[in-house]
Amino acid sequence: MATTEILLAGFGGQGVLFAGKILAYCGLMDNKELSWLPSYGPEMRGGTANCSVCISDDPIGSPLVLNPDILIAMNQPSFDKFITEVKPGGKVFYDSTLIEAECGRTDIDIFPIPSSQLADDNSLKGGSNIILLGKLIRETNLFSLETMKKGIEKVVPPSKAQLIPNNFKAIEIGMNN
Amino acid sequence: MAVVFERPKALLDVPFHYCPGCTHGIVHRLLAEVLDEMGIEGETVGVCPVGCSVMAYDYFGCDMIEAPHGRAPAVATGVKRTNPDKFVFTYQGDGDLAAIGTAETVHSATRGENIVVIFINNTIYGMTGGQMAPTTIPGQVTQTTPFGRDPELAGYPVRVCEMLSTLTGTAYAERVAVDSVPHIRDAKKAIRKAFETQKNKKGFSIVEVLSTCPTNWGLTPVEALKRLQDEMIPYYPLGVYKDTTAEEGNK
Amino acid sequence: MERNLMKGNEALAEAAIRAGCKCFFGYPITPQTELAAYMAKRMHKAGGVFLQAESEIAAINMVLGAASTGVRAMTSSSSPGLSLKSEGISYIAGSDVPAVIINVQRGGPGLGGIQPSQADYWQTTKALGHGDFHLLVFAPASVQEMVDMVVKAFDKADQYRMPAMILADGLLGQMMEPVSFPEINPDAHDKSGWAATGHKGQREHHIINSLYLKPDELEKSVTDRFARYDQIKENETDAELYLTEDCDILLCAFGATARVVKSAVNDARAQGIKAGLFRPKTLWPFPVKEINEAAKSAKKLLSVEMSMGQMIDDIKLAINCSKPVEFYGRTGGVIPTPAEVLAEIKKVGGAE
Repeated sequence: MATTEILLAGFGGQGVLFAGKILAYCGLMDNKELSWLPSYGPEMRGGTANCSVCISDDPIGSPLVLNPDILIAMNQPSFDKFITEVKPGGKVFYDSTLIEAECGRTDIDIFPIPSSQLADDNSLKGGSNIILLGKLIRETNLFSLETMKKGIEKVVPPSKAQLIPNNFKAIEIGMNN
Repeated sequence: MAVVFERPKALLDVPFHYCPGCTHGIVHRLLAEVLDEMGIEGETVGVCPVGCSVMAYDYFGCDMIEAPHGRAPAVATGVKRTNPDKFVFTYQGDGDLAAIGTAETVHSATRGENIVVIFINNTIYGMTGGQMAPTTIPGQVTQTTPFGRDPELAGYPVRVCEMLSTLTGTAYAERVAVDSVPHIRDAKKAIRKAFETQKNKKGFSIVEVLSTCPTNWGLTPVEALKRLQDEMIPYYPLGVYKDTTAEEGNK
Repeated sequence: MERNLMKGNEALAEAAIRAGCKCFFGYPITPQTELAAYMAKRMHKAGGVFLQAESEIAAINMVLGAASTGVRAMTSSSSPGLSLKSEGISYIAGSDVPAVIINVQRGGPGLGGIQPSQADYWQTTKALGHGDFHLLVFAPASVQEMVDMVVKAFDKADQYRMPAMILADGLLGQMMEPVSFPEINPDAHDKSGWAATGHKGQREHHIINSLYLKPDELEKSVTDRFARYDQIKENETDAELYLTEDCDILLCAFGATARVVKSAVNDARAQGIKAGLFRPKTLWPFPVKEINEAAKSAKKLLSVEMSMGQMIDDIKLAINCSKPVEFYGRTGGVIPTPAEVLAEIKKVGGAE
């Protein structure tokens, strides 16, 4: 398989880096080559955050994703900034509760999902990022549900293990909407 | 015939480079006597400064490390933290300890590093030829205060024991002098007390020793001792500024 | 071997502990902070010392003190902090004390920025402090190499009694990759002949010192050290040669930049351009033999760096200016892209 380049972007605090970590761990579970690279800045909370994840069968070259195969956008500025950078044939997943999508592109597949609304409706506070991952695995063949669950188990720290079922639930909601 | 006076074992039999009348020799001897009396020379690592006592590593019999200017307390911290069972001391002058190394001094004290700092205060930079030190007294003529230290221009001296005694980590701070036999005896007691404080793991100890620099003061050795008594002791009063072991004893 | 997913900074810290590092002295600075945080969490459990110093200057001098007693000691920082540490590093070199120093580089000069950079190449390889001396400089290009090279750095620092540096950058420090920890036997170099740990009345006193007031004595101490440096130049160079056997254009890059360049080399090859990559893993000693081997068939060389062009000087010297050496770089924290590098390959040498 060629390298799949994924870019996740949103506000700090929306769990962009966390969702990226889950994808990275999925790669580890599937014995793939992978890299995870956060943008880092002096603002610790609330600023823009994005995260590059590369998954491949071969060693990863540059870990910085500029033209993603897959974009996961969690706020309007991120959507607007990166939508033009997605590779032709690429896939875009975004939170349609927060983002009004307007792009003239017909060479990419766009998958809106009201992930914030769904998270609120299902009492999954802060679960929007995971719902987007659920949507992602339904619309791509990147990882299986089983791998995704293993990835979540790896990323959630043992002290917060009680949150794992909620994350599984969020994945299912994403897959079914 | 009984030997009544000899060179301490912890002081090596090599010629000192110090100027005639300089009191470094007295303080070296007192420190070496304390190492001998406590029987700890073989368990001690000393750290020398940059300044007149830069070559003290050749004079003390214990293992020695030469630190960059002002950094002796940081070097000593590295030694002590990784070798907590060893005795560690620094030997520093006023420029080293209270100017370029102020941060290292203050922070090793406030961390309560379990080390002994021997601080030689002679109110002048000796090795570089007599420039103003952080402890130079107002009015004192040096190469860089040719009209006398003017606090308007050059600020005021640092009183190190007073400053460090405000820090919780400082266990013991005493200012002594080596101008007279009684004061020299007191100085030795203070150095011994500092090493005992380290032995009892009480924390940071500093012994400030008022010393002379006849060469750069432009005085004879005898005149220099008189200046120490007449000008320095009034400005830098002798005494114990902090002693947590005594505080505990009083409870 | 078990694959873990770790940030470069954290993997390096874990590897250092496994390599027998017994103390870490540091001062917070972005983008190396995770390293210190990891040490703070783990070092105590590992039976070692973690101490947050009052400054970079104090931290490197704590390393000098601890390493003078024969203990494996380490500090880490990022570019502006290295300028502060340079005094202590000169003393460590001049005192023949082994120590490991990490620089997770960021953009400069001055306060610069916090994004990745390689602009400390000159500082690190030419003059990290005053006086005639070198330090071993390792340049990792992956999280795995952060691990492998820190283990090697401790070993070589002990072997040659000198400071060793891992010259990383913010990208390697912050990124996560799969990493395995090799079985490490902290190599027991005998330090009893020089370490200052108290003589116990059983030997002459040891002196750790860099002061020699007599010029002939100082000259001898320096020339003795340089004789050791000659052995190191002979034995310790290391480089990766990638698709260099038949290359027309040889790209030269180290660290994170080499990853970008490798992608560009692959893209160039796919377009029929014979590009190759020379990646030094040691920056001092510079792999002179290796680059001459790699450049055999090349008509041109192209140095790609996250700086205004610093390693290019060593490349020209290493090949004795026998071929043209071009430069492409981004600086200030900007990471070059494979597309940019490919365009440069075409511009410089692809039109054969």
